[in-house]
Amino acid sequence: MNLFTILISTIFVNNYVLGRFLGVCPFLGVSNKTETATGMGIAVTFVVTLSSIITYIIHHTILIGRLEYLQTIVFILVIAALVQFVEMVLKKISPTLYNALGVYLPLITTNCVVLGVAILNIQAEYNLIETIVNAFGASVGFSLALILIAAIREKFEIQEIPKALEGFPIALITAGLMSIAFLGFNGLV
Amino acid sequence: MKLSKVFFNGVVKENPIFVQLIGMCSVLAVTTAAKNGLAMGLAVTGVLIGSNVVVSLIRKVVPNKIRIPAFIVVIATFVTIVEMFMKAYAQDLYNALGIFIPLIVVNCIILARAESFASKHGLLASAVDGLGMGVGYTLALLILSILREFLGSGSIFDIQILGPSFEPAIIFLMPPGAFILLGILIGIFNSIRNKQASKEVLQKEEAR
Repeated sequence: MNLFTILISTIFVNNYVLGRFLGVCPFLGVSNKTETATGMGIAVTFVVTLSSIITYIIHHTILIGRLEYLQTIVFILVIAALVQFVEMVLKKISPTLYNALGVYLPLITTNCVVLGVAILNIQAEYNLIETIVNAFGASVGFSLALILIAAIREKFEIQEIPKALEGFPIALITAGLMSIAFLGFNGLV
Repeated sequence: MKLSKVFFNGVVKENPIFVQLIGMCSVLAVTTAAKNGLAMGLAVTGVLIGSNVVVSLIRKVVPNKIRIPAFIVVIATFVTIVEMFMKAYAQDLYNALGIFIPLIVVNCIILARAESFASKHGLLASAVDGLGMGVGYTLALLILSILREFLGSGSIFDIQILGPSFEPAIIFLMPPGAFILLGILIGIFNSIRNKQASKEVLQKEEAR
């Protein structure tokens, strides 16, 4: 498959949050402000791309052919270790960046986008370049959806919303309407 | 603590989906048919009970600092067992649930129960807590998946209920329908709870 097609398809057509339901927890949890949403988006993009490369290498050198049943356990450990490592490196090298992203890093381990992208890359039998492009596209798509809904939710603060729908329910309904809008990209690739 | 209280705490009072609002990804993704929703609920319940029991057994051996990675390995082990089991005995369901079986590992409900309940309570209470939370989760999945299947294809558990003149609303089988329906369901649940809370306040005032 064409690299450009993969990129467009993962950002818009098969958006990981609005089309495939991966990463819905942070999508609803940290989308109250545009600033925090942007921070989370950058942190996720960084970790997803890096972890996809590492899990690809591990799968094709160690696991393939004999230890494939260990995939889930190995991948989640790699991701947890990687997140910890990125946190320590950032703290040492760039304290400003660490202060901006630090709070989001521990949350990323339990973000299903990271593990989901790693497993889907293997299932789709992408090569290394396609893996990187797919992971980058997936996380850009995630960030796009996150920042868009954060911008919408900021407007909710000055609106009157029925009491029972405040918070999560209205965010879910908004996500549904956004998802309808993203369906419009169907047939683009 | 009474075991029945622990159980109903998970099913109703702290229902993972409608009250705690965690573990949404799988709920939205697999509820296209009642059958899939039930299978996913049972898979998560199995993992929850297993991981809660093991975490409760090893809670005094594991050093505090590395408890989270240790819990994740325990959870991942049970997820792998469930995955292999489904692959061997229920190939159709395995294909229908797809990536969301391995993703049970990162389902926040399981780690949250291991951390907040099983690491502090005994074996039996932890197992009951796992069962209660699992039943609560399965119940939420069932409600959503039955509604979606009914509106989206006019059937429940693959049994056609509405006649051929019914025009199915395909949107409920697609992602937007899942988001909107779950939003409305949580809204209804909230309004019921709000009413009950205000009733209790009124009763207390009358008692005075």
